[in-house]
Amino acid sequence: MGKNERGPGWVLLGLVPLLGLGVLLAFIVLNGAGVDRTDRPPIEDLSVQRVALPTEYEFVLSVRNGGPEPVTLSQIVVNDAIWDFEAEPSSTIPRLGSATVTIPYSWVEGEAYEIVLITSNGTTFDAEVPVALLTPGFSGETFFRYALIGTYVGVIPVALGLLWYPFLRRLGSSGMNFVLALTVGLLAFLVIDTLEEAIESATELPGVFSGIPLVILVVLLTLLGLLGVGRAFRRGREEASRLGTSYRIALGIGLHNLGEGLAIGAAFALGEAALGVFLVVGFTLHNITEGVGIAAPILRERPRLAHFLWLALLGGGPAILGTWIGGFAYSNLLAAVFLAVGAGAILQVIYEVTRLLLRDSDRTKTPVLSGANLGGLTAGIAIMYATALLVSV
Amino acid sequence: MSEADRWGISRRDFLRTAGTLGISGALLGAYAGQAHGHNGEDHGADVAQAATGHDTSHGGNSTVGNVDTSRFDPTAFLRDFYRGEERREGGRTVREYELTAEEAEIEVAPGVMYPAWAYNGQVPGPTLRAVEGDRVRVVFKNKDAHPHTIHFHGFHPANMDGVFELVGPGQEFVYEFDAEPFGMHLYHCHTSPLRKHIEKGLYGAFIIDPKEGRPGADEIVMVMNGFDTNFDASNEVYAVNSVAFHYQKNPIEIKLGELIRAYVVNVLEFDFINSFHTHANFFDYYPTGTKLEPSEYTDTKVFGQGERGIMEFRYHFPGTFMFHAHVSEFAELGWMGLFEVKE
Repeated sequence: MGKNERGPGWVLLGLVPLLGLGVLLAFIVLNGAGVDRTDRPPIEDLSVQRVALPTEYEFVLSVRNGGPEPVTLSQIVVNDAIWDFEAEPSSTIPRLGSATVTIPYSWVEGEAYEIVLITSNGTTFDAEVPVALLTPGFSGETFFRYALIGTYVGVIPVALGLLWYPFLRRLGSSGMNFVLALTVGLLAFLVIDTLEEAIESATELPGVFSGIPLVILVVLLTLLGLLGVGRAFRRGREEASRLGTSYRIALGIGLHNLGEGLAIGAAFALGEAALGVFLVVGFTLHNITEGVGIAAPILRERPRLAHFLWLALLGGGPAILGTWIGGFAYSNLLAAVFLAVGAGAILQVIYEVTRLLLRDSDRTKTPVLSGANLGGLTAGIAIMYATALLVSV
Repeated sequence: MSEADRWGISRRDFLRTAGTLGISGALLGAYAGQAHGHNGEDHGADVAQAATGHDTSHGGNSTVGNVDTSRFDPTAFLRDFYRGEERREGGRTVREYELTAEEAEIEVAPGVMYPAWAYNGQVPGPTLRAVEGDRVRVVFKNKDAHPHTIHFHGFHPANMDGVFELVGPGQEFVYEFDAEPFGMHLYHCHTSPLRKHIEKGLYGAFIIDPKEGRPGADEIVMVMNGFDTNFDASNEVYAVNSVAFHYQKNPIEIKLGELIRAYVVNVLEFDFINSFHTHANFFDYYPTGTKLEPSEYTDTKVFGQGERGIMEFRYHFPGTFMFHAHVSEFAELGWMGLFEVKE
């Protein structure tokens, strides 16, 4: 057999370590690893992913077992009273499995509830209903209303922002650079904000999901993936098309808005309706500048009108999707992954827009950190910071 | 973390926001209203169904499932008195008891296991019973991995107090003293850390009958206790005789008009007071049972830690009557039961 030949023997060589691993695993399973202890209580890790109040007389909990062993949910306490419940499919939840727990309880609107799960070895896990209000159910009407909210916070502000396009086009060269730098500022704020939310969702996850590493690695993979894709599309051409950059900004912003939609939908699902109103107003103001960011790279070009429609949809539309997911099927795992993808995508467009600024300064022999550029960057961050005050009260 | 916390809003802030913004949010206000209207239609019927769908009297306030009573049955415990091995020595009655401290996994609510320390494998320990003036001899064996003792409430010499003479694992100790004074007492381990040794289950009732006896009655023992199942220095489960809601699910059967004498002791840890309340009835109360005349005629009695007494009552109507701690929290966490009065 030649050295470079890849015959059946070569495949076998690749299997050798796996074979060894199999033998080792079999040995450990059969004989133990010498670290087994039977005198310790089992490690239990239940987390309540969601508490829904679908009717005035019940709580419905989604419970996940993030521990290494099955956990049996033996009793439930609601506001210091042991209460009746039913667990589907079973009150014994396998590793990484989940159960839906229904508690018949006539809750009082507007009051707070603490729900404690007691497992078979007496360990307790808590869930909270900060404000008891009906959880909107799934119906055509709620579906439509969530879509409407998503449109208010996503599509409309982004589209309104894009309407600044004709105004911005009449700016001079340094004015346009100001807008590009402003975009970098906006995006810098958004990437930190998105990352923070991703990490917040990740910390809610059971330990086995390795939430924080997951978020960081998804951000990196998204960033590298998009950079790679961008390079592939450019092929021979030296520079990415500016319209392409706009689309990528719209995508990154879209994923960010998906995260905002998730938060708003979840707020509604938890009955925080008035909070939702406040958020809707805040996010609408907050997101209007995102349109400017999307338009910035194409100020020197004349794309067809249809492109603007698509850009608005791509940047704002995911907010609708996010509101649906957040409202009907909130999952911290999904939220963490989506938000991490969003953060990665925004990082990539920051890179692209910065490159545009760098090339421009190269071409015109002006300093990159000109007054216009620095001012734009600062203004972008300041605008986001100021409008963020509206959404974090 | 709650969604409200996620947005850095306290509950109070939220409610204020709800108050001021709720009206202005035309879209969402109308929406919330609709959600209520929609569910309101069939609400009444469903509530009625929910109420009848469960066999518990307080609309769902009970445990799910049943405790395995083959190891410890609170119903049997009620009327189970350990009078010891009785013999005559030098013209007086001697009662010899055997108590063994050991580990026991006990079920304090259906499916909720608690790693207890127990006298004779049960919590509460056996109810010891003697007559005033009897010689009491308790052979105590420690089969647990920790040192333990038995500290009796009553008169005895210093070295019989179960405080300084620790009984190590595998060791044995004989407590011997005269049964005095008559009354409703208790015994418990007095090893440090004391609270731990009591809360883990090393306690029981110790009844000394007066020489002349008490009037004939249906006698029951109720040890009010609780369990810190997650070791956070507060009780998760409350009960009389260890099993949450046991007497709600298995009412105590008593006869109409018959005198009932309940020996009640509070051994609860972490909470300073406990209480006992009978529904639709009053009882004569004998504090610590050391006098033959009642001190009070009431339907609610508050107990501090270690406080105990005797209650005497008769039911005048047949039916099911509740008794529970008037500390509502304890009642709803398991300290609630029923008398079933039969003709």
